[in-house]
Amino acid sequence: MLPQRGTERVSYTLLVNQQTYTVEQVEPRMLLADVLREVLRLTGTHLGCEHGACGACTVLVDGRPVRSCLMLGIQAQNQSIITVEGLSASDATLSTLQTAFWDEHALQCGFCTPGMLIAATHLLHENPHPSRQQIREALSGNLCRCTGYQNIVNAIERAAGGEGTESRG
Amino acid sequence: MAGRRIAGGPGVGGTTGQKFARKDVAAKVAGLVSYSGDTQGAGMLHARLVRSLYPHARITEIAIAAAQALPGVAAVLTARDVPCNVLAEDPSGTGGGVFTQPVLASTEVRYVGEPLAVVVAASPVLADAAAQLVKVTYEPLPAVFDPGLALADDAPPIHPGGNLCVQWHVNKGNVEEVLAQAPVVIQREYATQFVDHAYLEPEAGSAWLEADGVIVIRAATQVIEHYRRLAGMLNLPHSRVRLIAPYVGGGFGGKEDMTVEPYLALAAFHTRRPVRMVWSRQESLQARPKRHPMRFQYTVAASRDGKLEAVDINILADAGAYALLTPRVLFAAAVVASGPYRVLAARVVARAGYTHNVPSSAFRGFGAMQAAVAYEQIMDELAETLGMDPLELRRKNFLQRGDELATGERVETAVWLPETLNAVQAALGPEPQPSRPGLLVGRGYAMNMQPYGRTVWFGDQAAVWMGLENDGSFHLRAGVTDVGGGQAAVLGQIAAEVLGVLPEAVTVHFGDSALTPLTGGTFATRQLYMSGNAAVRAAESLRERIQRVAATLCGGDAKTVVIESQGVRTARGSARWHEVAAAARQAGVALEVLETFFAESGPGYDNRRGTAARTFPDFTYGCHGCDVEIDPETGQVQILQYVASHDVGRAINPLSVEGQIQGGVAQGIGYALTEEVLFHEGQCLNGTLAQYLIPAAADLPPIRALILESGEGKGPLNARGIGEPAISPVAPAVANAVARALGGARVRSLPITGEKVVDTLFER
Repeated sequence: MLPQRGTERVSYTLLVNQQTYTVEQVEPRMLLADVLREVLRLTGTHLGCEHGACGACTVLVDGRPVRSCLMLGIQAQNQSIITVEGLSASDATLSTLQTAFWDEHALQCGFCTPGMLIAATHLLHENPHPSRQQIREALSGNLCRCTGYQNIVNAIERAAGGEGTESRG
Repeated sequence: MAGRRIAGGPGVGGTTGQKFARKDVAAKVAGLVSYSGDTQGAGMLHARLVRSLYPHARITEIAIAAAQALPGVAAVLTARDVPCNVLAEDPSGTGGGVFTQPVLASTEVRYVGEPLAVVVAASPVLADAAAQLVKVTYEPLPAVFDPGLALADDAPPIHPGGNLCVQWHVNKGNVEEVLAQAPVVIQREYATQFVDHAYLEPEAGSAWLEADGVIVIRAATQVIEHYRRLAGMLNLPHSRVRLIAPYVGGGFGGKEDMTVEPYLALAAFHTRRPVRMVWSRQESLQARPKRHPMRFQYTVAASRDGKLEAVDINILADAGAYALLTPRVLFAAAVVASGPYRVLAARVVARAGYTHNVPSSAFRGFGAMQAAVAYEQIMDELAETLGMDPLELRRKNFLQRGDELATGERVETAVWLPETLNAVQAALGPEPQPSRPGLLVGRGYAMNMQPYGRTVWFGDQAAVWMGLENDGSFHLRAGVTDVGGGQAAVLGQIAAEVLGVLPEAVTVHFGDSALTPLTGGTFATRQLYMSGNAAVRAAESLRERIQRVAATLCGGDAKTVVIESQGVRTARGSARWHEVAAAARQAGVALEVLETFFAESGPGYDNRRGTAARTFPDFTYGCHGCDVEIDPETGQVQILQYVASHDVGRAINPLSVEGQIQGGVAQGIGYALTEEVLFHEGQCLNGTLAQYLIPAAADLPPIRALILESGEGKGPLNARGIGEPAISPVAPAVANAVARALGGARVRSLPITGEKVVDTLFER
């Protein structure tokens, strides 16, 4: 059965990384992930599974981590969206958390990294000094296939002001 | 937010052997890397595959008119649109067999998900809709899903040449005779499962036509050399197809065979417009090649005091519907089937049968890891039979430098099996204790040997270009694909070390079949070995030229010229870079070099006798150990701690080596405990990442990587490969720990699920 392709188009504004964007003439069913990537060209948000299982597309919507592949772009109006591109002050600098990921070698291929950074940003906002177990639990919705997570946990601990370099699990 | 400039990273100034935070990592944390699926452009079309719904069927019609008629559809391509619809390969490289596969099937399909048509449309949504309008008429045919059944006389034929894809032999001594007289003989069977690479980046890419008629494909691939096969498919000269690989979001062998490349090339060729294709996770799990399921029958003979005398090994793998790299994978399994141990007599028969399952092909570990599942479990089972400590049994039989492998070749380099075992034993500490009464605990170990580099008869080679700018910055060009292991960055680090400059002085340009010298793909743990050696040669050659020019400019002996950030210096004087460049021009010396590294080469494998003077260039050895805790009520296995040690020859960047080991262990734990792509008559039953369970952060224990350096690798600066070695011992180490915890009861098939553990406990 052929899916119905509506001819309806909508326009709306989105607040992304403290900047207002106009999204013009898109299908209302367009996912937030696709709006960010295809319309706003913020391709730092990655799609790894398109069914909410891998976490690579995680962004902050009004401070809460959201799978941008499970939310429509139009649903994100009037809310503040933060993507990986919004974590640092400028293209030439990195945030403390991003620097910790770099220092701790918390990634290899880097595809899951934007989602990891967003999940960790949320965690550190809610709980500035998480235990390693709390960090691991907070990352449960974000899959990584390269690192074994250990250096990711180290990086988040380091960003939180802990040591971060030990292999304590 | 505390800011740090991206240029100039932590650890800069650190050179080889020191932890060095890679520049590519900085770009990745900033979200600035453009991956293969990120390409956009005006007028970009989107391509989607129509795939077979049946495991085996005759195709009587592919009706495309309705799809073509849909507004916004640019093309619907079928087999008749493929100029040369055959992909041919001699995967073993011995001339033993050339295997073919259609790009798009037209008369018969052999697995669920086999591509039949490419739909190209103005948007992904339209492409999906049009793909559903392509009407394929199937006549289902009998299918076979088990390689054992496929090799029976009455099995439906899968290919005209029969259902045996490959059969390898390894022979040493007289196995029958030794077995007949051996005091202790045990027989065991082990089985492994279909596993998916499950990299986070799906198969993706784009393609376009340049004004000069060159077709460019930019895709997530491990092998840019596929451009030649793409040109062959299009009946174009090789020089008119260009394949670019940006940073790849994980490969692990899954992007070693082509994925999106041929379909993108076809779509751009026919529409003459830019086209993008991204596979869904479901397509990836259903239809992209998997790790070979293998069944092992091991018969092992030993003396009463634990000296191995003979091994008699049968391996049967599921090749799936097409050969792809199966012959090579089975070869690696056959070569290491007796493990890193001395044996007087060995007989290995390694076969793969075609089935109507999805094809199996390359996956990190490449056959050698499946073999470790068998050879390391049977060592524990033999120890139990002999009443010996399993580690003592291993120590008694460890391979040593100078020994002859089952293939007849000699081991020339350091074999640090005792050293890695000692390191792991010491790090694990006291035996585990249950965290509460009723739980079972156990500790297990596994050793391994894993080849790096291609078999010697491939005559492998890699080329690197280096050049100096007159401001003192260096270019390094190499066709490596960077799948996340730092394959590009490490070349800059190596070149910087040879030249004596800071790593950031060298910019690495990589992964473009038209503009960077070819290095061969990132697979077989060959990239550091091959391109690294080429980078050493290129940097040495460029250094020598700089020194020659500097010596004439400043006076003094060329060998004593020191390269500095601002220029060169000798005992007699110094010159700045622009002066060096001017002097070089005047003297007619080009400050740019192209150097090719040729791997050790040798004759092909003698499969009739089952011997070789040499198979692989070298092996990496290691030991893993872990503690597990099991709840006998649920059978759930929890890993309490994990330690992995390898002799990597020399760790060029310990951060990257540790990363490879930790990541390899994590993938290995998934393989051991949770991962299996389930098929029922060829249909995938768990085609999402919500059902196919790779380990998450909370599932994994602390993983300690202990890096040892014998200084004896064949790679650059005496390094050995580590990408694949790190994954191989994991499943047997976990299986041995589980068997210990269960008091000797053993789950002999992967994955070791709670259900199997409970069943095994019941059976006792």
